[in-house]
Amino acid sequence: MQKIEAVIQPSKLDAVKDALLEVGIEGMTILEARGHGRQKGHTEFYRGREYTVDLLPKIKLEMVVPDELVEKAVQAILASARSGKIGDGKIFISKIDEAIRIRNDERGPSAL
Amino acid sequence: MHPRIVKLLLALGFCTSSVFPALAQTPPATDQIAKLQAQVAAAQSGADNAWMLTSAALVLMMTGPGLALFYAGLVRKKNVLATMMQSFAMMAIITVLWAVVSYSLAFDSGTSFIGGLHHVFLRGVGLTPDPDYSSTLPLQTYMIYQLMFAIITPALVTGAFAERMKFSAMALFLILWSICVYSPMAHMVWGKGGLLNAALGGRFPTLDFAGGTVVHITSGVSALICALYLGKRVGYPKEAMPPHSVVISIIGACLLWVGWFGFNAGSALSSGTLATSAFVNTHFGAAGAALSWMLAEWIRNGKPSALGAISGAVAGLVAITPAAGFVQPMSAIIIGLLAGVVCYFMVIKVKNWFGYDDSLDAFGVHGAGGTLGAILTGVFASSTINPIFRDAHGNVLPSGAIEGNWHQVLNQLVGISLAWIISIVGTLILLKLVDLTVGLRVTREQEIEGLDLSQHGEEGYDFAS
Repeated sequence: MQKIEAVIQPSKLDAVKDALLEVGIEGMTILEARGHGRQKGHTEFYRGREYTVDLLPKIKLEMVVPDELVEKAVQAILASARSGKIGDGKIFISKIDEAIRIRNDERGPSAL
Repeated sequence: MHPRIVKLLLALGFCTSSVFPALAQTPPATDQIAKLQAQVAAAQSGADNAWMLTSAALVLMMTGPGLALFYAGLVRKKNVLATMMQSFAMMAIITVLWAVVSYSLAFDSGTSFIGGLHHVFLRGVGLTPDPDYSSTLPLQTYMIYQLMFAIITPALVTGAFAERMKFSAMALFLILWSICVYSPMAHMVWGKGGLLNAALGGRFPTLDFAGGTVVHITSGVSALICALYLGKRVGYPKEAMPPHSVVISIIGACLLWVGWFGFNAGSALSSGTLATSAFVNTHFGAAGAALSWMLAEWIRNGKPSALGAISGAVAGLVAITPAAGFVQPMSAIIIGLLAGVVCYFMVIKVKNWFGYDDSLDAFGVHGAGGTLGAILTGVFASSTINPIFRDAHGNVLPSGAIEGNWHQVLNQLVGISLAWIISIVGTLILLKLVDLTVGLRVTREQEIEGLDLSQHGEEGYDFAS
């Protein structure tokens, strides 16, 4: 089991969710986040002063998937979240030790 | 009166006057005319009173929630409640203070600088008119209307020290300020025997229809002194402190605009055509200034901001305040256009030149806008709108410079200067006094934590709950 964390542009959320559903991934956690990589912020004016706002709105998706679905999931995200511009985001993958369904204590990949 | 009763009375009258000639002192027709006159007067009073009570409500709305929202949107989220609370607290505190003593100090006769104490606890302030102020309004209507002005003026000052002043210090300071700065200024411009009272023969008649000097210059200049005395907020000017909700500020500004009809048109103290003039001028002044501030920003920054547009509108409303019942409508538009540009310049350039932290631009908009408006009142005042100056025979005299009376601009400068002086001196002394007794500023930690938590133990927004 592996965890996929993807930080994407908020405008791409619907496309990414649809693409993931198509490859069989239904369960995920979606967080509203702020941040930036190399993408610069934007300037705002307030009373004659210019301010740089570099905490930009992002969406972070987290999902734990069985090993055999990881590459399909990554391809789905890449295809749907990419615009080709700086600020598209990043995907991180890490190993998961255990997954447990709270309702019935089911464990392992079948709990996903 | 029912026709049958009239006939009966007439018949009785004839009988009485023919049998007892000595009893026929007053012919019935004169009785009727006297009754009719009383009814007409009552109708006029009714119309005036209706408008004035409505206006008083509108002016209170300007403070709560108008100003409360306008200011609150401009501060950081952690200070939103504390900022609103400052305005709201004035609604409660100043009301009691007014009833106890400060109405009397403003509107009782006394000296040319301050009223007496005959009306403490509102003694003698009943439901009959005081002809010096209005021959149609119950004096209590006048008192409650003026109270709403006394409430909003200190609330305006809070803009200067937002996000860093202790609630207790603010309350104490503004109570003293209301007594020592507001009441005297109100007395001088509007009170019986006031030095600057144009309507009641003051020595230096200053044309101030609704409070350009009394409300806006005093609050704005006092705000500047407060900002200088208290010092800058932690992190200012390096740290960006943008408004947490321009949405809330827009709502507040619109409530201010609508409420201002009560502030200016209500200052006509009647429901007649002078109220119409003031209403129209108020609206035109706001529109002109919103437009010119937007254009100025558009040219300078390439984009007109919502915050700029509403700030412009408020600046226009401030500037038209002294002029509202004295100028022609087109003059009001001009005053608005000028106010938008001048106040824009004040808040983006002058503030940064001098480096003072007037958090919510109370001085830039109210102090500067009020001063500009008071001067322009002397320029644009027209006796065709309001024949305020008359000679010994009752003939109308010119009002402002556009009618040839350039001397009025000088009189305006006297009133303006007095407002500046009393504000600067009064505020400095009172700040020092409160600083020595209670202490003015919150601690650095409290300021960083935010006033909502440190002063009120509350959070403004708890969307997670």
